[in-house]
Amino acid sequence: MPVGTETLDTVQSVTQSGYKWGWETDIEMDLAPKGLNEGTIRLISSRKQEPEWLLAWRLKAYAAWQQMQEPHWARVDHPPIDYQDLHYYAAPKQKPGPKSLDEVDPELLTTYEKLGSPLEERAILAGVDPASIEGGSQIAVDAVFDSVSVATTFRETLKKAGVIFCPISEAVRDHPELVQQYLGSVVPVSDNFFAALNSAVFTDGSFVYIPKGVRCPMELSTYFRINARSTGQFERTLIIADAGSYVSYLEGCTAPMRDENQLHAAVVELVAFDDAQIKYSTVQNWYPGDAEGRGGIYNFVTKRGACRGARSKISWTQVETGSAITWKYPSCVLQGDDSVGEFYSVAVTNNCQQADTGTKMIHIGKRTKSTIISKGISAGRSNNTYRGLVRVLPKASGARNHTQCDSLLIGDCCGAHTVPYIESRNPTAKVEHEATTSKIADDQLFYCRQRGLSEEDAVGLIVNGFCRDVLKELPMEFAVEAQKLLAVSLEGSVG
Amino acid sequence: MLEIRGLSAAIDDKPILQGIDLTVPQGEVHAIMGPNGSGKSTLAYVLSGRDDYAVTGGTATFNGHDLLAMEPEERAAAGVFLAFQYPVELPGVGNASFLRTALNAQRRSRGESELDAVQFLKLARAETKRLAMPDDMLRRNVNVGFSGGEKKRNEVLQMAILRPKLAILDETDSGLDIDALKIVARGVNELRGPEFSALVITHYQRLLDHIVPDRVHVLAGGRIIRSGGPELAHELEAKGYAEMVAEAA
Repeated sequence: MPVGTETLDTVQSVTQSGYKWGWETDIEMDLAPKGLNEGTIRLISSRKQEPEWLLAWRLKAYAAWQQMQEPHWARVDHPPIDYQDLHYYAAPKQKPGPKSLDEVDPELLTTYEKLGSPLEERAILAGVDPASIEGGSQIAVDAVFDSVSVATTFRETLKKAGVIFCPISEAVRDHPELVQQYLGSVVPVSDNFFAALNSAVFTDGSFVYIPKGVRCPMELSTYFRINARSTGQFERTLIIADAGSYVSYLEGCTAPMRDENQLHAAVVELVAFDDAQIKYSTVQNWYPGDAEGRGGIYNFVTKRGACRGARSKISWTQVETGSAITWKYPSCVLQGDDSVGEFYSVAVTNNCQQADTGTKMIHIGKRTKSTIISKGISAGRSNNTYRGLVRVLPKASGARNHTQCDSLLIGDCCGAHTVPYIESRNPTAKVEHEATTSKIADDQLFYCRQRGLSEEDAVGLIVNGFCRDVLKELPMEFAVEAQKLLAVSLEGSVG
Repeated sequence: MLEIRGLSAAIDDKPILQGIDLTVPQGEVHAIMGPNGSGKSTLAYVLSGRDDYAVTGGTATFNGHDLLAMEPEERAAAGVFLAFQYPVELPGVGNASFLRTALNAQRRSRGESELDAVQFLKLARAETKRLAMPDDMLRRNVNVGFSGGEKKRNEVLQMAILRPKLAILDETDSGLDIDALKIVARGVNELRGPEFSALVITHYQRLLDHIVPDRVHVLAGGRIIRSGGPELAHELEAKGYAEMVAEAA
């Protein structure tokens, strides 16, 4: 039998291995009734004891959302979403404000263990004194369980450096001036349908502020989990890097197995001032649905960073392997002169997964520079689209962009699409776009197998090689995890 | 010992090998010579398990293993190594990590302990040096941006590191200058010993001046038409294939 056919068969058998991270945690939940109306928003706001200005902000977003239509320009297909059939607030019932991890529900800690957090982090979550943890860098974890942050570690170390890293609901209470000034300043409430929805109903997320000239002493990391049945998750993250500061933020996601589709509509806003740098890395592994395309997360995310200051830099690195639908375009608005935007992406789709992802680089300041490296891998009957916009505005003299989009196909029932939009309104700008599409060739597989590798190891090796330019941008802690994830996502995809 | 009996194989229903009988005793190096299209590369691929070829008859065993019933990676673990005529590029995959993964996969399947990164690098660097190859050979991506000669030398380096029991060299000499040819020959000669046998496929006598074979076989029309000692290669060089094929007919 020619390898081509076998390849296909095994792609189809991939799913049988099942979703490793599918389980459900039994914790008593505090649920809002299903449905979305002003009452729901007032309930969320009051549960979170929010100030009046935030409630007004939410209501404004809700009013905008009501006037908007769900977007359908992306190359994704899904049945209509009933926005009235979701719970918009779910919080694990707990004694208020655990002072230490001992007070945290042990079930939660078990959940994080199953998530396979690196040992270091698990130790931290288990309450081991950070000072006694051997080896390597320290990672602060603001663990988000459904909607409420349950454990925040390393707060003290960060506090000494003047870094604020806390749940955004806490920041609303403790640093209202910062939140009020920057929330919605990068992604306005009426930016798009899903951002407006998020602004109206977001329940929690992370807030980071790095003061002037401070290099954040550790990587910041958040694990998001969706756990309650029919609960949409609307995370809100806001990171502000003041002049001359540096922060690396890691975000990783896994979700338990579900029958129903779940909606995830997060918003992430980044602000970088003069000479500041933000490195934002994501490994996304939400439940992708089964082999027939049943279930799986709908991931509609708005991520945007504003390089407000001169010589500021924002880097997005993402490894997207999960979700039934991924709709995500982490972008950079390059306002400051000589500011730099980067987007490094690996998107893997298998079975019936659909991904429409890419970036927007908006060049406003002089000599602004952007780099886009996108690696799409399609297997099974999946569809994988890169959609990117590079826009150079009239004042952006000397702006530069380099885009490299590579697609790798496994089997011949999948699709790869590249949709680049380039708009240059400054004659001195240089914009380059390169794109390639390739298949894992039978002779590559045979070559590896002749040297002793199993077919699966060979696919893993070839795919990791294909993604190397992106994976090397990830912090070490994530790079290893991401490599494993790529292999697992494509397990048996050739055979 | 490699024992091939009545081996026939076809690609897309077109018969290529038409009953090959060949025995390579342990410790011997045999050369296979023959005109284009005689089935030399097909023989190499069938023995190593490439599945574009349908085996239509016969047997092939190596040290008692039924090769034809094994997956390519199982054959590799049993000690079969193919130096490719056209080595394949693996973008983004470093030569060292590729070789270490391969070596450890073979060792695992043989029940041997795996080498850690330090042990492996020590071994790999020693072999690189021994074969007078540049250090960056290990750092570069597998065959990416290699010249034709570098690719062939890389095959020999891989062979030196993986230490096979049966090496099949498929026209490894083609496109090599004399210096590279000597390196390839050294790679094979240094492995020669009671535990190692090789099948050296070549068009030319030239390589056999450096790797002196125990036996030479002439393949034509999917059959071995003559076998003899090293002198057969010289006879072939003098007469050319056409005359020898005509004589054998």
